[in-house]
Amino acid sequence: MATLNIEIDGRTLQVESGDTIMDAANAAGITIPHFCYHKKLSIAANCRMCLVQVEKAPKPLPACATPVTEGMKVHTRSEYAINAQKSVMEFLLINHPLDCPICDQGGECTLQDLAVGYGGSSSRYQEIKRVVREKNLGPLIATDMTRCIHCSRCVRFGQEIAGVMELGMAGRGEHVEVMPFLENQVASELSGNVIDLCPVGALTSKPFRYSARTWELSRRPSISPHDSLGSNLEVHVKDNKVMRVLPRENEDVNECWLADRDRFSYEGLNTAERLTRPMLKHDGQWVEATWQAALELVANKLKAIPADQIGALSTPYRPAEELFLLQKLMRGLGSGNVDHRLRQSDFSLDDKAHGGFWLGMPVTYMSRLKRMLVVGSNLRKDHPLMAHRIRESVRWYGQLNLINAAEDEFLGKVHAKRIVAPSQLAAALAGVCRALAELKNLPLPAIAAHGIVDDTAKKMADSLAGGETRAVFLGNMAQHHSSYGQIHALAQEVAKLAGASFGVLGEAANSVGAVAVGAIPGCGPLGQPAVKGLNAQQMLANPLRAYLLLGVEAELDTHDPVSAMASINAAEFVVVMSPYKGMSLDYADVLLPIAPWTETSGTFINTEGRVQSFGAVVKPLGETRPAWKVLRVLGNLLGLAGFDHNDSKDVLRDAIGDTPTGSVQAFLNNEVSGVTVAPPQTHEGLERVAEVPIYQTDAVVRRSPSLQMTQDATLPVARMHSRLIAKLGLTENGRVSVRQTACALTLKVQRDDLLPDTCVRIPSGHPLTAGLGPMFGPITAESV
Amino acid sequence: MSLLAPTPQVCSWTQALDNPGSLATYVANGGYQALRRVITEQVSGDDIIAELKTSALRGRGGAGFPTGLKWSFMPRAFAGDKYIVCNSDEGEPGTFKDRDILRYNPHQLIEGMAIAGYVLGARVGYNYIHGEIFDCYQIFEAALKEARDAGYLGDKLFGTDFCFQLHAHAGYGAYICGEETALLESLEGKKGQPRFKPPFPASFGLYGKPTTINNTETLASVPWIMQHGGQAFLELGKPNNGGSKLFSVSGHVNKPGNFEVPLGTPFAKLLEMAGGVRSGHKLKAVIPGGSSAPVLPADIMMDCTMDFDSVAKAGSMLGSGAVIVMDETVCMVRALERLSYFYFEESCGQCTPCREGTGWMYRIIHRIEHGQGKPEDIELLNSVAGRIGGHTICALGDAAAMPVQSFLKHFGHEFEHHVEHKRCMDGTEQ
Repeated sequence: MATLNIEIDGRTLQVESGDTIMDAANAAGITIPHFCYHKKLSIAANCRMCLVQVEKAPKPLPACATPVTEGMKVHTRSEYAINAQKSVMEFLLINHPLDCPICDQGGECTLQDLAVGYGGSSSRYQEIKRVVREKNLGPLIATDMTRCIHCSRCVRFGQEIAGVMELGMAGRGEHVEVMPFLENQVASELSGNVIDLCPVGALTSKPFRYSARTWELSRRPSISPHDSLGSNLEVHVKDNKVMRVLPRENEDVNECWLADRDRFSYEGLNTAERLTRPMLKHDGQWVEATWQAALELVANKLKAIPADQIGALSTPYRPAEELFLLQKLMRGLGSGNVDHRLRQSDFSLDDKAHGGFWLGMPVTYMSRLKRMLVVGSNLRKDHPLMAHRIRESVRWYGQLNLINAAEDEFLGKVHAKRIVAPSQLAAALAGVCRALAELKNLPLPAIAAHGIVDDTAKKMADSLAGGETRAVFLGNMAQHHSSYGQIHALAQEVAKLAGASFGVLGEAANSVGAVAVGAIPGCGPLGQPAVKGLNAQQMLANPLRAYLLLGVEAELDTHDPVSAMASINAAEFVVVMSPYKGMSLDYADVLLPIAPWTETSGTFINTEGRVQSFGAVVKPLGETRPAWKVLRVLGNLLGLAGFDHNDSKDVLRDAIGDTPTGSVQAFLNNEVSGVTVAPPQTHEGLERVAEVPIYQTDAVVRRSPSLQMTQDATLPVARMHSRLIAKLGLTENGRVSVRQTACALTLKVQRDDLLPDTCVRIPSGHPLTAGLGPMFGPITAESV
Repeated sequence: MSLLAPTPQVCSWTQALDNPGSLATYVANGGYQALRRVITEQVSGDDIIAELKTSALRGRGGAGFPTGLKWSFMPRAFAGDKYIVCNSDEGEPGTFKDRDILRYNPHQLIEGMAIAGYVLGARVGYNYIHGEIFDCYQIFEAALKEARDAGYLGDKLFGTDFCFQLHAHAGYGAYICGEETALLESLEGKKGQPRFKPPFPASFGLYGKPTTINNTETLASVPWIMQHGGQAFLELGKPNNGGSKLFSVSGHVNKPGNFEVPLGTPFAKLLEMAGGVRSGHKLKAVIPGGSSAPVLPADIMMDCTMDFDSVAKAGSMLGSGAVIVMDETVCMVRALERLSYFYFEESCGQCTPCREGTGWMYRIIHRIEHGQGKPEDIELLNSVAGRIGGHTICALGDAAAMPVQSFLKHFGHEFEHHVEHKRCMDGTEQ
């Protein structure tokens, strides 16, 4: 790129050729007023607010769309430029309702701000103003379309970032309206970003509506506790209550975006279901207790039970400090029974791994990959913003290949895909492995010996052999799969043969952090040797005498909720540490109210190994306490050494040292060795395919009323191929009785011809399907 | 008449013949000879462009841009797909010339587009035809079939390696789709809205590929120039204004219609050809180049010759050659009200000044026309027009502003009269 010399407002600047005047001005810190321009969206040049004077040009030019040329002289504040800008502002205001006093955008509105500088104090427009009917965009976005200035940012966002055009500009001239298709709602998992993009109050947050003014809110930084990206948040607080959540820009993580889950889950913090005082079950009745009484009871009970009969389970959505103290407590007691991988079913890699599994690359690299293979992932719903980055790669001519047990709309071009029953997933990978070895004339790895090459495998191999940047990723479904070890090992071989980076898309906010601080059996913090113990599945397959549950809602968070609940119900002592009461009222003996992420300091380590610490943004509700403090006191009461931390930073230091980023990076390693792969078995009968719905992943999301009203939160159904529906004598939209081991359930049948015809797809993690067995494995279906 | 003789009827010569639009008539009178020669003799594109530059052929759609220069912008060496697009989206009020070419001489347009395809390296062309002249679209489709069947379109023309496919596309009648980039958007199946330029179509046009867009009459003139040479075409007209041009004369004349006359013909002569101002009345004003062109009062107009430079010098535009004649009975306020309603209705709504301003202007004029105007409205109207012009993505904003500004400039007293007396001036009620 050549460097050009230009002049803006008398300042001589060196800029890259290809830049626009807006780019050059931004880089030089010169503000040019604008509405439709947004650095992440295509150039529309339709608002005309950024008109500037360019010497020798016959008319004012839009700074956002005008490329710089050598010797160009630009005036952004000359009388000529200001006149053009004031002209545009007058036009924008003539039909704008100017209802700022009752508008949620008031105080943070670009139009309001710029009108101060460029608008008149009275209007020359005497006619009746335009009124535009409201649109129903669903439970998350409120509309006041009369305020719309038609900048088209929301439309471009859908087309370019969310990957689906859910809003369009209908009509012509004055009658142009932003509207959804045929009274559809906006259903994208990234939809909330249009609220931020809208420069006026046309699109605002429905849950936040009329609840506070922007100037009343304190803005506090935080980190999202949901997916493994660790989106950076700006939490807005009023009167010690979280009022809303907005993105905090971080180009390396979430850019300026936020998934709806990260944005709207805060509603789940303020529900009546919050546990606010420690509670004890006394003769079958729940009574409130003091912290001291509750913790003493827990300590005494735990002392009385042999350590190997205690199981400690946490969700991977809890901060690293808590996970660290939980494992320290268990190991202090002499037990290695600690785990956070509640939805995993194959733990065979525990003695074959050489470090913690991670993305294998920085998140930013995902936007510029040329060749990709994603195995077992519902990308959009599991990792909304990482899916956006992969879409960006695809838009830049990257090729995405998919191997999965179910097909969900990716909203981008897929180069090759293979949708097979879960039992055939490993074989499909072995096929690609063999095709690659043959293509590149490399020795075939022994574990792929049974691989069968067909056209799809060849197409994927061809794709993965080319391009400059390549990656193989394993998704949530792969990690929950009952042959995860084999899938991981085969994917690793594919990556090696392709010369590709190999990564695991972490399931949850702290999936990497939990392993790094040693919350798995047999492996202490940063991989230090530790006493062996039971993994999550072993702890839940057969009852232990006591369970210590950290943030776990066992009926929803586990791979096999039926066997998990059987074991927990059979235990003699169950301690639940949770911000919520929930179903634990039925099975716990002690309930300890711990702080959700907004009420405690802590750390999430995202899937690229980024250590992101955050502070509390509000005070704990009622008697709620940060879990790290609770565990520290419990450690003291149990007489264990090393529980003398002053603050969460102390805990983190204890866990991963003074240089957390370096230590974690050094620990991360996706390499596994010594995995044997069984030849594929032909599977008789039907198999279940399960995913965790996007708004059922963790306890906070489950309690967000607005998210639960979205289309992504509709009741689970049994999805089947039409051939299977016919074969079983079922009818579409009729009822089906599904059965796994001893559990049966009646669900609605939904046709899904993208599924293999030997599979029934039923979501897990939902109260309606909690009565069903494991996420994968045999299932029967018959008419009711 | 035929294409074999260098008559001034460049595009309209077939109208004197029987079966004017048929392939047989066209071929019998020298049609497709230029195409055959250019292709079989492998005439170089540079030579053809040079010939066009000599001819001083200027775009007949309204802007009057030199065609040879436009063609030279095309990256002809670019190996990928390129397109030639004909703009038959004739929607400007007062303009009705291209439809006569489609009706009576479609093959000359087809030949012109094929030559353009040959020069520019485009293997595919599109003719985008205005939605409100669907009969012309049907006629053109029939002509395309004739040309394909006769081997003038398709693969390996005249036994050479040159292939050219041509397709007709019926628009839906939106005025804005006559703007070339809005036309491309519409052709791509999207909402017809202009694109911001740069990039220009020559580098990023239809489907993002290099594209040249010319008016129907422009492309239809190409075979004539190939047949008789650029110099002959130039000599038809006057320097910098080569050839003849179709003028659509409408309004208060005795014999409205299309008249093809050499550029540089005095306006008085054109008016005479159209039968003069209707009997018993006298000329008041003329819009010389379609509704977007500034209006000119009779005395200025009568001194003009009909060519790009003369009309521009007089303060208006030759535009598409749509001459709207108004006699002394016309109320200029009412005339402008009607015109501004058109732009209000046809604004695409994409960019702010035009979306918001065209409706505002119409409402002010409507108010004045209906006796509710205020003295300050005239200045307001002028100011709003000034705030639209030059501030929009495409020329529609200017097109909406120019009539307003010119009506106020030349006939401001009528507006003042309306405001003051709340009715038309005596003798102007139309």
